[in-house]
Amino acid sequence: MSLVAAELERRGISTVAIQLLREVAERVRPPRALFVPFRHGYPLDRPNDPPRQHAVIEAALKLLEDPSLIPPSLADFTVNHCLPGGA
Amino acid sequence: MGDLNEFPLAVRLFLKAYPWRKIDPVPWTPLKKPLTRSRLALITSAAFVLPEQKPFDESIRGGDYSFREIPGDADVHKLVESHRSESFDHTGIHRDPNLAFPIDRARELAERGRIGSVNRRHLSFMGSITAPGRLIRQSAPDAARWLVEDAVDIALLVPV
Repeated sequence: MSLVAAELERRGISTVAIQLLREVAERVRPPRALFVPFRHGYPLDRPNDPPRQHAVIEAALKLLEDPSLIPPSLADFTVNHCLPGGA
Repeated sequence: MGDLNEFPLAVRLFLKAYPWRKIDPVPWTPLKKPLTRSRLALITSAAFVLPEQKPFDESIRGGDYSFREIPGDADVHKLVESHRSESFDHTGIHRDPNLAFPIDRARELAERGRIGSVNRRHLSFMGSITAPGRLIRQSAPDAARWLVEDAVDIALLVPV
């Protein structure tokens, strides 16, 4: 996925990639990534739980909006993102 | 937790020793317009296909580097997951494909104006590609060309 993200960025599309393995993200270096503390197979946390899925997606969208990031940028999704009023 | 310790020993050893392709230099496209005016495409590596599409092929040495087009109006519950990897629990994405291909969430974001629009098509790959040469030379450039043609501004990539 990181290699696809890189190609899209080269072609002028801003990307953000969910990442399940920090070690891999640090080695491959996708341009803009959100590391999530979930099991493989559960990248957006829980099935049939739109609010939780939206919380992860919103955190990813915020990375796209952050003009202070420099590549490669790997951010952590924290439990605070899931709390009411969380970022 | 997303951790190497989830995997059987053989997989852990493989992942530790695998010569991951380091992206260097790292390309970077800053957001060109507000999200409220941006067009979103989804890219999943969960190997989802439509019932009438060819499933991904586990027998291709180094991994199936092809991708499938998933129309923007697809019913997410009709998607068929053809990822044969035994390295992760498939239960969640069978119950709710949005977990790895959040098309319903994307539509909701557009409906409430958080993003400008959802693209007319999205892309499904199968992860676990151990020989990514053809992905780098062929599939990824093709995918990028499609999305550039569609005037996509932003892409969310979701692995499994």
